[in-house]
Amino acid sequence: MNAPLQAAPLTAKEFKSDYKPVWCPGCGDYSVLAAVTKALANLALRPENVAVVSGIGCSSRIPAYTSCYGFHGVHGRSLPAATGLKVARPDLTVLVASGDGDGYSIGGNHFLHACRRNIDLTYIVMDNHVYGMTKGQPSPTTEPDWSSKLAPGGTGLREFHPLVIALASGANFIARAFSGDPNGTAALIEQAVRHPGFSFVEVLSPCVTFRPEQRAWKERARPAPVGPTDDPARAARRLMTDDGFNIGVLYQGKRAPYGVPVAAKHAAPESLAAGFALKEVGA
Amino acid sequence: MTRKRPQPKGAYADFMARAYAMELEAVERYAQFAEQLDSHNNRDVAEMFRKLSKVEALHAKRILEEMGWPSVPALPVAFAWETPEAPETAPFESLHYLMQPWHALEIALQCEVQAQRYFEEIAAGKAPKQVREAAAEMAEEEREHVKLIRDWMKKVPKPPADWDRDPDPPRMSE
Repeated sequence: MNAPLQAAPLTAKEFKSDYKPVWCPGCGDYSVLAAVTKALANLALRPENVAVVSGIGCSSRIPAYTSCYGFHGVHGRSLPAATGLKVARPDLTVLVASGDGDGYSIGGNHFLHACRRNIDLTYIVMDNHVYGMTKGQPSPTTEPDWSSKLAPGGTGLREFHPLVIALASGANFIARAFSGDPNGTAALIEQAVRHPGFSFVEVLSPCVTFRPEQRAWKERARPAPVGPTDDPARAARRLMTDDGFNIGVLYQGKRAPYGVPVAAKHAAPESLAAGFALKEVGA
Repeated sequence: MTRKRPQPKGAYADFMARAYAMELEAVERYAQFAEQLDSHNNRDVAEMFRKLSKVEALHAKRILEEMGWPSVPALPVAFAWETPEAPETAPFESLHYLMQPWHALEIALQCEVQAQRYFEEIAAGKAPKQVREAAAEMAEEEREHVKLIRDWMKKVPKPPADWDRDPDPPRMSE
């Protein structure tokens, strides 16, 4: 997180844009939007110092609903765009918004390498175990036996375990939030932004239209029984045995965030241009 | 020359700031609900939520007037509510795109009951006398609101059992 300007702190409302969200009534993403804006206000940041980058999907509509800089990019490619932005403009606080399809399927490979690179980004994934925007196809986190018109009897495929994958890939801050608790989610996002390096917040965000049974997540989500650990082996055991409803910071390591190498910082733009110079045909 | 009214301080001011924050959250949430249902062309329910938002705004304004606060008081950054949000704030997930005005009132009723209990607990607790008295007064007001909403619900048609049946559901047909 970067130092805020010394101006009067803004309210959460001032981090919202004039665009009205078009998510389905009851969607968990409304709560995530409220949590993001609340967290930014609590962090005393200014919209002009924050960028929200996203890919494609219901969750990825978030940048337009904030008053921060936004980039609504290509499906699954929010992390590469955000990485470039953060490296070029380390002064900005960069949040990345995604969903389980965008982030774990189409953007799965970028997820692994963002965890590995440990660039100072806050990655918020709104996980509803379904592709909502395209009408309810199973996503990487869909349960194998979830039956739908598009996958009668279920896919029979084992779910993707994003938190375990994040840990194995080197993520340094791993948390799970629940959209039914917007204040708790805001507090976790705040912690994630403050954490130096790549921080990953998976938000259980029900899709009430295609997965109405997820309204019952409210009864299942509960605070994690133990606090965060900085021991990856212990975290791995916890995450592997976790039922997916423990809420809180689950792992917080101490690995230093990525810094742009000194040589790259001092490279003259001309030398970069020379590297990309095209040779004439036949030369 | 107007004399400056002394600003209340301490536990009582904190309590009133909290009560104000509670009303304000309800104002904002109902307004958000109205927008959500507007965008799904459910105008009747949107209108109902707009009315509820206005009612809560009056309560918030009254607290400001009572306290002599010219604008929003300096609120602590976050309140530790016992519920995930303030007791009078309806959860985001309580909406449905086919809901009817009666459902909006049902949500409001639940919020008012929660607010009533919240103030009753403070009134019966160990807070300073001035806080307990103010809480008892607010609990009484919330009780009145509960009654008003119950009366209102009697005048609004109760939805049929299959109110959420959509003849053209938002699913892929093939």
